[in-house]
Amino acid sequence: MNNRLGKNLAQMLKGGVIMDVVNAEHAIIAEKAGAVAVMALERVPSDIRATGGVVRMSDPTKIKEIQAAVTIPVMAKCRIGHFVEAQILETLEVDFVDESEVLTPADTQFHIDKKKFKVPFVCGCRDLGEALRRIDEGAAMIRTKGEAGTGNIVEAVKHIRAVNSGIEELKKFIKSKNIKKLKEKAKEYKVSYELLIKTAKLGRLPVVNFAAGGIATPADAALCMQLGVDGVFVGSGIFKSSNPEKRAKAIVDATAHYYEPDKIAKASEDLGEAMKGQEISALETKMALRGI
Amino acid sequence: MKSKQVGILAFHGDVSEHIETSKHAAKNLQLDIKVIPVRIKNIIRHLDALIIPGGESTTLFKLCQREGMWEDMGKVKNIFGTCAGAIMLSKSVIHKIPDQKTLELMDIEIDRNAYGRQINSFEKDIDTSLGRIHAVFIRAPKILSVGTDVKILAENEGEIIACEQKKGNSYYLASCFHPELTSTVFHEYFLKKIYQN
Repeated sequence: MNNRLGKNLAQMLKGGVIMDVVNAEHAIIAEKAGAVAVMALERVPSDIRATGGVVRMSDPTKIKEIQAAVTIPVMAKCRIGHFVEAQILETLEVDFVDESEVLTPADTQFHIDKKKFKVPFVCGCRDLGEALRRIDEGAAMIRTKGEAGTGNIVEAVKHIRAVNSGIEELKKFIKSKNIKKLKEKAKEYKVSYELLIKTAKLGRLPVVNFAAGGIATPADAALCMQLGVDGVFVGSGIFKSSNPEKRAKAIVDATAHYYEPDKIAKASEDLGEAMKGQEISALETKMALRGI
Repeated sequence: MKSKQVGILAFHGDVSEHIETSKHAAKNLQLDIKVIPVRIKNIIRHLDALIIPGGESTTLFKLCQREGMWEDMGKVKNIFGTCAGAIMLSKSVIHKIPDQKTLELMDIEIDRNAYGRQINSFEKDIDTSLGRIHAVFIRAPKILSVGTDVKILAENEGEIIACEQKKGNSYYLASCFHPELTSTVFHEYFLKKIYQN
């Protein structure tokens, strides 16, 4: 279907913060703080880690409640490969579906064939190959995976850098007209040669790319922006902190002014406790490893 | 001719698209235009024109207000707004959130997200006073009514989707769709107005 319109919507979100919310009250706080969209889900990732079990798409009632509460775009998550959950979300008219590793995967071999849908999709990635595979499947927007629910930025940084260095490599090959290497890369990444060449020529992903997973402070958000992403998703980082209203606004400000340390400093003042956060090595489940 | 400074409000939205399109338009017209991304209030006063991009009007308002540039923005002589930018220019807005304000510079009443959610976003070729262009509507607003001083530039199925208003020494241009994604025509028209004005 028409994923160009989805790509266009993603373009309109650039420079913004998309916040995880579990109910209408959270959604209103997010909108007031200046979020450009909200992600409706049943539990924020850190609660998902704490309670465990199979995690699925939200109850449609919750999604409708959130849609009724705000005027900004509402996104929602479905499980990797669970195209029926995606069909339901499309029927509910969410603005974007996130085929997300934060929920328990439904398919270990295939992601959703996103070209069959009218609703646009955003998908996670750890490196350039994974990003391009999702774009080939029809994703209109990409986000780096990070490690959701940890309040630890280290994995997001790793994935942003991996995408960036993958693109630098392609740029080098196209500059030296090394067709053989480019063809090898397309094969290695399991993506079309056309998409690979397009990416190499653009010198960036051909869709909007946000950071996600582990952003807990204004400085975290600005770090991701300075590393070159187009915007940020913040999950547990806001509503698991001691003052969600203030932190949400601070992260919006730091993202908009990401290259101005004085403004990031001001945004970082007196925010109260950030979410506690976890060492990646101590995790039972690494969500970023889900998906292919 | 003297170089003119055109600012693009650069906090959020399709900023790079407007920057590129403005540069192309200036090149096509062979005008000496400096395109400047605007994120700090000190720049505003030196601008000959300002473009407000597509994005979320709620977010754009809050960031402008927090930066303390709101008052000065309204004083820029020439302003062009697309989608969220058009909302920012409107005197009256349906479906805005409680603490949201607009610049109230154009005598138009506009309805946010009037076509519905993303599933209802669409693109089509449209005849405008500036020629036929491919128009992209993303969760677009609709202009419900305009004042007598407002000139309509384009309609889609009887609904106003682009208009302009000259007010004393000031000039404003608004479109519900995103010309920056498909064409340089609206930007060229706007840049020419800066020199005429």
